Amino acid sequence: MISLSEIDTTVKRATKAVGFPWGIAEEVGKSIRILEMFGLPGLKNLNEYFKVFNSKKFQNVTVISKSNISKISYCPIISGINFLDQVHTLEGFEKIEFENFAFPILFIPFLSRSSEIIGKKIFLKIDEKEFLLNFNQSMYSSNLNVNIIERANNIKINFLNNENSFSNQDWQELYKLSEKTFVEETEELKKKAAGAGLTDND
Amino acid sequence: MEVQLRDPKVVMKLSKLGSFHQSKLSFLRSFLNEFKDWEYKRDLFDLNENGYGKAVYSFKKQNRTYSLVCFANQISDTERSDRVIATKWDAAFTLHDGIPTKKDLDRLLENVPKQEVGRLSYKELTLSRANKSLRIFNHVVENLSLGKQPDINKVLEVGYLYRTTAVYGSGKFGLADRFRIKNRTEICGPFRLEMMLVYLVRQFTFDQVNHIAKQKNPRKAVELDREICRNLGIGNSTGLGMAPFIVNHPTLLNNWVLSRELSLKKIREIKIVNNNDAEIFKKYLKKSIKNISFWNTSSEYQKLKILDLKQDLKKLISYLDEDFDFKKNYPFNDLYIWCEKNLKDECIEYTVSMLMEPYDNITNPLINQMSSDEDKFFTIPTQKKIETLKGILEKNYSEIIKIDFSKKENNQNFWFISKNKEEPRLANRYIEKGSELEQPLAIARDINKLYKRILNLRNSLTIGNFLFENNDLRHVVRRAFISENFPYAEIQDNTIGSKLMPIDMLRLKLSFFGAVKFDPRSDKWLRICMFQGAPLPDELKSFDSGWIYNSIN
Repeated sequence: MISLSEIDTTVKRATKAVGFPWGIAEEVGKSIRILEMFGLPGLKNLNEYFKVFNSKKFQNVTVISKSNISKISYCPIISGINFLDQVHTLEGFEKIEFENFAFPILFIPFLSRSSEIIGKKIFLKIDEKEFLLNFNQSMYSSNLNVNIIERANNIKINFLNNENSFSNQDWQELYKLSEKTFVEETEELKKKAAGAGLTDND
Repeated sequence: MEVQLRDPKVVMKLSKLGSFHQSKLSFLRSFLNEFKDWEYKRDLFDLNENGYGKAVYSFKKQNRTYSLVCFANQISDTERSDRVIATKWDAAFTLHDGIPTKKDLDRLLENVPKQEVGRLSYKELTLSRANKSLRIFNHVVENLSLGKQPDINKVLEVGYLYRTTAVYGSGKFGLADRFRIKNRTEICGPFRLEMMLVYLVRQFTFDQVNHIAKQKNPRKAVELDREICRNLGIGNSTGLGMAPFIVNHPTLLNNWVLSRELSLKKIREIKIVNNNDAEIFKKYLKKSIKNISFWNTSSEYQKLKILDLKQDLKKLISYLDEDFDFKKNYPFNDLYIWCEKNLKDECIEYTVSMLMEPYDNITNPLINQMSSDEDKFFTIPTQKKIETLKGILEKNYSEIIKIDFSKKENNQNFWFISKNKEEPRLANRYIEKGSELEQPLAIARDINKLYKRILNLRNSLTIGNFLFENNDLRHVVRRAFISENFPYAEIQDNTIGSKLMPIDMLRLKLSFFGAVKFDPRSDKWLRICMFQGAPLPDELKSFDSGWIYNSIN
């Protein structure tokens, strides 16, 4: 088995070899490592992308907007790097769309890292395939058996607000149960507790 | 009294880093302390009459076992080479996580002797190979088989029976990735498993000579005297492969050097030094001189450094014996200041190491801070402004940004990865081909370039926006922000200049390993010795923590 460390190093060198600068190559090494760790086919997709990288043209988006449309496919690496670099601004958009995106699987780790940077979950839809990115700690998807995706017509990105997945009633019911571990304090003990004996208005 | 940490711009100069010595913080010493209460065992020893075959050694505690698997091979003298380009070795080793099964041993037999072209699994943690020091190995076997101990002077002149030529870990060649094991408390210090491998290999070398001698002459043979064993270590030949490591791991480098600097600062801040601590310091300082006297090298560069060290140590000891009063307040601070005024770097750094000897209470907590989770610091804070970056460069790289890289001598070398062995190499860019494939290790040059590029930019521009058009310098933007929080992360020198001594970079790393007797064989590789004087595995339950000064050499 190839270790993640070997994947990181070899991907970094290969990315430099196709013409990216070292700083970007370092980011791609980490990204493919993340994909492989999460069980997604990062190396396969990157390999296929690099096979066509120098023979085809790809769109290098710089300033990402709410809606990004291009006649030539967006480069997942440059788009990913730009997304990562601009994420503090982008989270204000709530929703971002790309049309015509090359090898979109390679975009996922940049979004995953972005989720960690801003502390918000990110919901990603690559055509019909859905992914939930949780602060770069985990990834949830019903499409984990994806293989190589050469192109996506549409990519939708939602920054999710930090909200609970349960109702207030669920919480109250569980809290009540947790109270059964508490012990009633005597009046004497209450008097000796922290802050006792001092005026509250000093 | 608060003593300031030493200035990174002084400490991180290569000439200074190349004068570092082993200390209580060194990985091989902290490894022995960590594993002293583990159960040591020789689980398998299946060698033929010539000493070829396999062996397994282990350290065990509760449910955790680490097993060294050794394969001793027959090779001809013409095949033996210490160079990294060798393809056969006298012995090959791997540290297996757990107890290897028969199936594991068969798999390892197929792969471990092949080293870089073999494949290991996530069940293996480190990989290494070693060659015999033929003249010593044969001399020892010959004498033991005749019922005599070897000539101690001859043996100690070399100091080891075998020398390793590489020790690999952290995911190389299929080995376990660091993240799989990083939460194990016993290996929280850096390179602990590499140290374990080398330490157990040392025991294998003793067992092998005893075995061959016995096979040769069963009636007369004697075992190698334990005192001689203790005074033998494991040699190591180290080349440029090690140098880029310290550039590529800035937070780790910081944590190593910072621990050393924090130790020194805390020791200098001790107001009253008790008699016992003063005596420990003086005792080990005096004992250690023996190690210096037997430090042999054919390198003129190192010979001069050793000569300076010897002269300065004489000066230091006579100052301590005749003029120094440990009863005054902050004596170690005064002593350190005196060293800075009167001694050269080699002896100043030697003294820094020796000052740690009495102070387990200071060094032990720092040992656990010498690792680094580097991924945590990888992301560039792109919301920050150019003004901040400019400030960091002017503060942390003030010397670097003054270097004139239009001068040939400042731009002379380039680092590359060799095609035939995938190892880092250094070459003259004006003579050799391939500088267009240069590795990103010319940090000073690229930081210099970055500074020039941002000098006239708007202060309010965000780093994210700057990077749109400047991703060619992304690698050094990342480093600059790392250096903001890690003061000792960066070598404060030009790593591609004509005056570069790459062995200074090797020496820095090896000193943290705990190596002694640095013996440069050129400006690009050196030999060292590890674990000389160390207790044997069955003596670990109780040993003198100053063992490194106990060797009889």
